[in-house]
Amino acid sequence: MSAIEEDERDVASFPGQRPPRASVGSHRIEEEVFGKAYDPKTVRRIWAFVRPYRTKIYLSVISVLVFTATQLAIPLIIGRAIDTGMVKGGDATHLLWAVGAFAVAVLVNFGASYVQETQVGAVAENVLFDMRRAMFAQLQRVSLSFMDKTEVGRLMSRLQGDVNSMQEFLETSVLSVGDIVLLVGIVVVLLTLDFRLGLLTLSTMPVLFIVRIFWLPPAKRAFWAAHETNSITAGAMAEGINGVRTVQNLDRQKVNFDLYDDKAYNNLLTQLTGSRFAQVMVPIVDSLTGAAMAIVVVVGGSLVLNGGLEIGVIVTFLFYIQRFFDPIRSLTMQYSIMQRAMTSGRRITEVLDIPASINDKPDAVVLTRDMDGSVEFKDVVFGYSADRPVLKHVSFKVKPGETVALVGPTGSGKTSAMSLVHRFYEVQSGAVLVGGHDVRDITQESLGEQVAMVLQEPFLFTGSVFDNIRYNKASATLDDVIAAAKAVGAHEFISRLPGGYDSVLEQRGSNLSLGQRQLLSFARALVADAKILVLDEATANIDSYTERQIQKALLILLEGRTGMVIAHRLATIRGADRIIVLQNGELIETGNHDELMDLNGLYAKLYNMNYSSFDDIPDEMIAGSGPKAAST
Amino acid sequence: MTTEKVGRAYLRGDSRAHVADAHVGKGQKPLLRITLYSLRHPWQASIAIGATIIASVLQLMIPRLLGHAVDQAQGILSTGAEGAQQALLWSAMILLGVSVARGFFTLAQNYYSEAVGHQVGYELRLAFYDKVQRLSYSYHDKVHTGDLITMGLLDLDGVRMFFSTGLVRTVLLTVLIGVGAFMLLSTDWLLGLLALSFVPFVAWRSSVAQLTLRATWVTLQDKLSAMTRVMEENLGGIRVVRAFSAQKFELAKFDRASKEALELSHDRVNIRVRNTSAMTFSFFTAMGLVLWFGGNKVIAGDMSVGTLASFLTFMTILQMPVRQLGLMVNSFARASTCGDRLFAFLDEPLAIEDAPGVPDLKVTKGTLKFEDVHFTYPGANHPTLDGVSFEAKAGQTVGIVGAPGSGKSTLAHLIPRFYDVSGGKITIDGQDVSQVSLQSLRRSVAVVQQDSFLFTTTIENNIAYGDPWSKETKIEKAAESAQLHNYIMGLPADYDTVVGERGVSLSGGQRQRLSIARSLVLKPAIMVFDDSTAAIDAGTEHRIRSAMRRYASNRVTLIISHRLSSLMHADTILFLDDGKIVERGSHEELLAKGGRYSALYDLQTRPTEDLEIGSAAQ
Repeated sequence: MSAIEEDERDVASFPGQRPPRASVGSHRIEEEVFGKAYDPKTVRRIWAFVRPYRTKIYLSVISVLVFTATQLAIPLIIGRAIDTGMVKGGDATHLLWAVGAFAVAVLVNFGASYVQETQVGAVAENVLFDMRRAMFAQLQRVSLSFMDKTEVGRLMSRLQGDVNSMQEFLETSVLSVGDIVLLVGIVVVLLTLDFRLGLLTLSTMPVLFIVRIFWLPPAKRAFWAAHETNSITAGAMAEGINGVRTVQNLDRQKVNFDLYDDKAYNNLLTQLTGSRFAQVMVPIVDSLTGAAMAIVVVVGGSLVLNGGLEIGVIVTFLFYIQRFFDPIRSLTMQYSIMQRAMTSGRRITEVLDIPASINDKPDAVVLTRDMDGSVEFKDVVFGYSADRPVLKHVSFKVKPGETVALVGPTGSGKTSAMSLVHRFYEVQSGAVLVGGHDVRDITQESLGEQVAMVLQEPFLFTGSVFDNIRYNKASATLDDVIAAAKAVGAHEFISRLPGGYDSVLEQRGSNLSLGQRQLLSFARALVADAKILVLDEATANIDSYTERQIQKALLILLEGRTGMVIAHRLATIRGADRIIVLQNGELIETGNHDELMDLNGLYAKLYNMNYSSFDDIPDEMIAGSGPKAAST
Repeated sequence: MTTEKVGRAYLRGDSRAHVADAHVGKGQKPLLRITLYSLRHPWQASIAIGATIIASVLQLMIPRLLGHAVDQAQGILSTGAEGAQQALLWSAMILLGVSVARGFFTLAQNYYSEAVGHQVGYELRLAFYDKVQRLSYSYHDKVHTGDLITMGLLDLDGVRMFFSTGLVRTVLLTVLIGVGAFMLLSTDWLLGLLALSFVPFVAWRSSVAQLTLRATWVTLQDKLSAMTRVMEENLGGIRVVRAFSAQKFELAKFDRASKEALELSHDRVNIRVRNTSAMTFSFFTAMGLVLWFGGNKVIAGDMSVGTLASFLTFMTILQMPVRQLGLMVNSFARASTCGDRLFAFLDEPLAIEDAPGVPDLKVTKGTLKFEDVHFTYPGANHPTLDGVSFEAKAGQTVGIVGAPGSGKSTLAHLIPRFYDVSGGKITIDGQDVSQVSLQSLRRSVAVVQQDSFLFTTTIENNIAYGDPWSKETKIEKAAESAQLHNYIMGLPADYDTVVGERGVSLSGGQRQRLSIARSLVLKPAIMVFDDSTAAIDAGTEHRIRSAMRRYASNRVTLIISHRLSSLMHADTILFLDDGKIVERGSHEELLAKGGRYSALYDLQTRPTEDLEIGSAAQ
């Protein structure tokens, strides 16, 4: 047997070696931002979101200040308590006063911390949800030409990741106010208590500052690398799980294991490096704390000896030193958070600023059910870019109640024509009229209500069968939905589902066959009960049984409606009242089946090739017929 | 290899051995098993634990030293300058020394306990990945991919971090609270009790808070992912949304999902805040009591100011670790449930693996034979295949047709042993497929699936997925045969164009052609098309077929399809119904027979006049 001959597969001969096409998992490399930490334009935009909650923000800033003040006060009170009468045989009333003051400080501290944390947290969450909603709402308005060009994943990362880093920023920035005040407060209090001792003790602070400045850039890179490799490893694992059948099918396990090992191991190294960078600060801070305490003990002791200092002050100093370095630590971190937030803020405003190119006119008409249901294309020129028209001066009229089949090879402009009826895009010149009105003069909402659309690939949402069929027609009852399902022949399989109409569709209906999903999308269009139906017939092959059901359902759907169908199947095409043949964006033939056969042009040629569907005809055969057909 | 770093190979160890080590502590309770698994790094673990003990003892010395220094400073007036200053200098030096030492031991404690966690994480990831790849289709059929990903990310983290957040923290808190309590109580039992009075309260509150937060965390994740799903589906199905003018409806849907998530996050903020505020309050209350009683003792002359100060500093030092008790409790709870799930997965028996010492498959003539094959899916009581027998020789094409659910795909999946037969046997050149090595079997049999997975990488890498060493000419040849080459050359970077989730998206038909090319690269002896041309138009399919005949004429080809035009040219056609072959023969023979096959043929070719659009309306 010579099936495996010339170039034998060499996997076994190089155990553990990585193949030239080493790919496991994918990862979008998000660049770490080392940008500006303050950008007034972005901050203004962010502030617009925070503004509605400004009273809460003011309240939380006040409580942060109060909270910080009590934190500063507590060591002072203890120091005072020691110095006023806390000697053998001293006066206990002073102590009582001090403890009283302490109790007050503690109560205020309790209240302030409660207010601060609830307010800051709630505001950050609210702002975050508002931002996400504003972006989401904007995406509902932007033109489809923008959406066509943009990956859903990219938008999602803005809706999720960027919004989350804004939340981090909002939460921490109020707290940073507290940190700054605490830092300044400690400096002031220490200097006031005893200038010389204060100055000496504080001399350890700049050391930490300088160390942090040198430490921060490499540390940030190390943390970022650890974060990156972690998500790379996670991505590779997710891919391994999602594609496991294909992996086993193609016997790629060994190769993948080695490649994954490389990623996981690299992740281990970066994690350890990140960990070292984080931990190296510990002995530095501890040593500085020790040094500060040593200074207080030695210098403070000799000051006591000279009678220049009371013992309580030393205790107060020692208390402050315990929390001396916390604000410096969090403030230096805040810088990176701000850098990230500015970048995210800019990305968020980018989404908010995408122009919604299709808007209702101020005096737009509401299209009602009693319009005649006609569709007319008047000398329409349209293209996705100005220099490459997809439709070239196309004119035709679909009379009320008529069914028109749009036919033509791939790229002839059928789908674009269909999109224009719904005003997904704007024409470059000419006009599309629905019910006698230019679509640009009608409100988009009422246009959508009167024009139902069935797309080639049925798209279902997570939710019950009932929710999917009813979709946004809130007035539809369960009976309406069942009636629609029966009409299109979907009732039978829906009833067989474990929960009937309440069964939840997993992952957009992946538990249904393609044909069944198609039928559901028909039922959805039927419930919408629009006067005009625009339908893109599915090309995918569906098993013969469901296929017939779909053909029957199509008849029901078109009954009593104006229909524009992008048709692929001969049965559909032949049954249409009129056929419009498009080629390269031009309308080249129109008429019913018999008329077009008599014409003996492109349609007749396609029909005579005897394929069961126009889509089955190889491209080059159509291309060959092009010039001839155009000349007729 | 770009990611590889040289050196420090000792950290990496032998990857295969790590996978094998996943059974360490098998049969033990999850927490014990995690501990045993972590202790496979004895050096790092001992350093971490030793450093923790030393660091906490040093930590405890600081309040004492401070108190002592305060007393020295206070006594300085009575003892006189000379000796006192000397003594103070000594105290300061010791204080500095202890602080520096504490810093370094804390560094060692944190670093080495994290290192154990990262190391364990690395090894578990390998074991997990390996297991995912080895488990058979029947396992993956019953387990949701999302659950597996959660297990590989979150459960694994829960297990990995148990050493540092659970075990080491336990040692730390035991020493800190235990030794600390002893020191305090032995100095002054009343004041000691007061100073420690906040500990039980804080420990209780912080544990309750952490456990509640953990419980609601899962719900929050669900709500957040529901919200994400609303957004994703909206953006993915934007045309449907626009077509039905459902923007307002979708916004309302988003608002509902978003509001639920928001409310829950507010609840969580409240839980956290109520507890942290209460904990701080109890701490300060205890401090106030110490100040009052201690102050009175100083006034009564029973205690020095330094001792009081050391009590107070001791409390500040103890505050943070005690608050973290909740994290420790949470770590135990998390590791226990996560470990349960993760280890159950790692211990999952492989349904399909090589029998010990099996030989490789040797393809000589290339004859595939089904001998009375029965198959029932696990848990099902009705057989999917019920006595299927047929034979296919090299160069032959066998078509398999039947209604959905008749067992066509199952039949295809049995040949490369994605499932094992329940009865009968499948042989290739007389060798039972269950008695040869899986690797050799799967390299000889290629199944082109209906819905093949597209990896996010270049088209070239995707085509060469099964054989990444293959030459470029071979890849192009395969793409040409699959009628994909012209399309690829029209892409922005032809064969280097990235496709998949994060690249250019391919249509159903293009994906199917890619997966055909992928299988062609492997040059299998047996090739099975499992409904893998459904989205490819008949013309293209015809060209693929003729190209493949040129490519290799001596392989067995199995075509499973419901479109008769895909398989009517086959040498033999099997009509499958409810797991049994009810008709077999060539296209002509079956048509002449006038049975099920010919009825289906009629259905697919008969002019469908009764179904033309006009007929119902007229």
